[in-house]
Amino acid sequence: MRKSLLALAAGLLLAGSISAASAADKLKVGFIYLGPIGDLGWTYQHDLGRQALVKELGDKIETTYLENVPEGPDAERSIEQLVRAGNKLIFTTSFGYMDPTLKVAKKYPNVHFEHATGYKRNPNMSTYSAKWYQGRYIQGLIAAKMSKSGVLGYIGSFPIPEVVSGINATVLAAQTINPNIKVKIIWANTWFDPGKEADAAKALIDQGADVIMQHTDSPAAMQIASERGKLAFGQDSEMIKFGPKSQLTSILDTWGPYYIERVKAELAGTWKSEDTWGGLDSHMFAMAPYTNMPDDVKKMAEDAQAAITAGKLHPFKCPIVGQDGKPVECKGGDHLDDGQILGMNFYVKGIDDKLPGK
Amino acid sequence: MELVEAIVLAVLAASTPLLIAATGELVVERSGVLNLGVEGMMIVGAACGFAGAWLTGSILIGALFGIVAGTLMSLVFALMALGLAVNQVATGLALTILGVGLSGLIGAGFVGERITPAVHLFIPVLTDIPLIGRVLFGEDGFVYVSITLIIAVWWFLYRTRAGLILRACGDNHVSAHALGYPVLRIRTFAVMFGGACAGLAGAYLPLAYTPFFIPGMTAGRGWIALALVVFSSWRPGRLVVGAYLFGAVTILQLHAQGWGVGIPSQFMSALPYLATVIVLVLLSRARTGGSTAPAALGTVFVPDR
Repeated sequence: MRKSLLALAAGLLLAGSISAASAADKLKVGFIYLGPIGDLGWTYQHDLGRQALVKELGDKIETTYLENVPEGPDAERSIEQLVRAGNKLIFTTSFGYMDPTLKVAKKYPNVHFEHATGYKRNPNMSTYSAKWYQGRYIQGLIAAKMSKSGVLGYIGSFPIPEVVSGINATVLAAQTINPNIKVKIIWANTWFDPGKEADAAKALIDQGADVIMQHTDSPAAMQIASERGKLAFGQDSEMIKFGPKSQLTSILDTWGPYYIERVKAELAGTWKSEDTWGGLDSHMFAMAPYTNMPDDVKKMAEDAQAAITAGKLHPFKCPIVGQDGKPVECKGGDHLDDGQILGMNFYVKGIDDKLPGK
Repeated sequence: MELVEAIVLAVLAASTPLLIAATGELVVERSGVLNLGVEGMMIVGAACGFAGAWLTGSILIGALFGIVAGTLMSLVFALMALGLAVNQVATGLALTILGVGLSGLIGAGFVGERITPAVHLFIPVLTDIPLIGRVLFGEDGFVYVSITLIIAVWWFLYRTRAGLILRACGDNHVSAHALGYPVLRIRTFAVMFGGACAGLAGAYLPLAYTPFFIPGMTAGRGWIALALVVFSSWRPGRLVVGAYLFGAVTILQLHAQGWGVGIPSQFMSALPYLATVIVLVLLSRARTGGSTAPAALGTVFVPDR
């Protein structure tokens, strides 16, 4: 309700400002954001991508964004607002915009749409996402090396495949260092509640975890780890400010190169509907500097990163044994295929917790 | 044993903002006004509290900024709902929408900044007592303020003449008016007190809980505070129990997950709310004759002059 009102207000302002501008020959590119650009996480990183785009192609394009747009049917109006304002390429940057984007895309076949992290496409609607599990694998290696207690703490948001595959990649990596590694998983059941994320981090540390990993959006867990003298990994963006002596690394969403590539294609008239699921090799995300660790661990992390980037190391290399002790079918040759990773709904062996809903 | 102490400390920290905000709202509702804008006042308190502490380097001044900001927000409510006799539910909801937007605006420049959080009390020997030392003598100032506040409110409501008059306004504003009490002025003070408490509760989050500011960081705690007032059936004693119960369930469900208790986390996250519903049912079944909702709660009062 409040978000839709804000979005509506933003939309009205936008419509006003655009009708005033008369840059007719510039390509208009629109962005729909889930949170405020100051969330220091998901939306912030998308906006950094937009800023990189403006820096690169600013003389040929004009960008606009709507922030705080709620997911679900309400998003439709905001997306349509951007279409009516003359945007020819529109990025909708959250999973929940999938159906609204598709609906608007079908209505305006001459406008191109790009939807982040979804799986529905149309001749004028692409999807794009990143293989974050590759980064999680590197974090798992570091965590197992750095943990003295052998217990890792993992704060999850919701038990969806993206998060589950991240947990599995972490554990598989950690097991290569320490076969008896334990991971304690706490589901916050929210993407964003700094207080609750902090409480979860406290609970994990109080239960013996000494390396904290998170798949929620605020820097609260990092801050708690810092306060308690433990180690942690950031999420989405650079969080070292909140844990100068705690952050080991962080998975950084770097959307800039992709946005630039797609807008260039649009300008050249070669834009096609595609499904992009890029990893370290295609710069869809990056790892923050490896900090607060000895040189040998740092080197191990860098080597793993290079191997994954070069395609020599696959985090879900077979054989993979599920929690039930049965090997998982290997559909991708010597590793799990993309479909199995995108739909991952099981824990690997070694996690002594139950996946919610299983 | 250390784990028990850690859990109790976490519960106290999680309960404190709920207790402070709910204490304020209890007084507001006891005067007959329903202010649904607690979340909005809290988030503005959080933004201003952080701004104050960041600019001056003092947690105390930050807390004062939060209190003033919450009070100013509540004056907007008082002007609309009491001065102009606008519908209280609509005004309260509007106040929340306003507060969320306003806090984003105020806090925009402070996102990503850090402060040193509120210091915890330390008394040699006493704080070092195993198990209870840190719980009783090692908290931050907000925790002690929250407990002092609720005791003061209890004493005020039940042991002073002014408290009796305030309750009279809440139960029957026409009679209170007929007896010559300035109903609207009393309610305005109550609303201001509620705003001050909400602002302080909001300020607690960036000043002591997670020492940074991010838009939307109250994450619905204002609404929980509102639920707590109903849960307490408008009694200070039950409010304390309710606030700590909410905090305890929140923290314990996190620990239960870490221990691998095989209960779905979604269910455990919903437990505090389930507890509210159950307590409400029990309270209504018991019919102890105790106080239920203030009779004039949420109704508009326009004195005939």
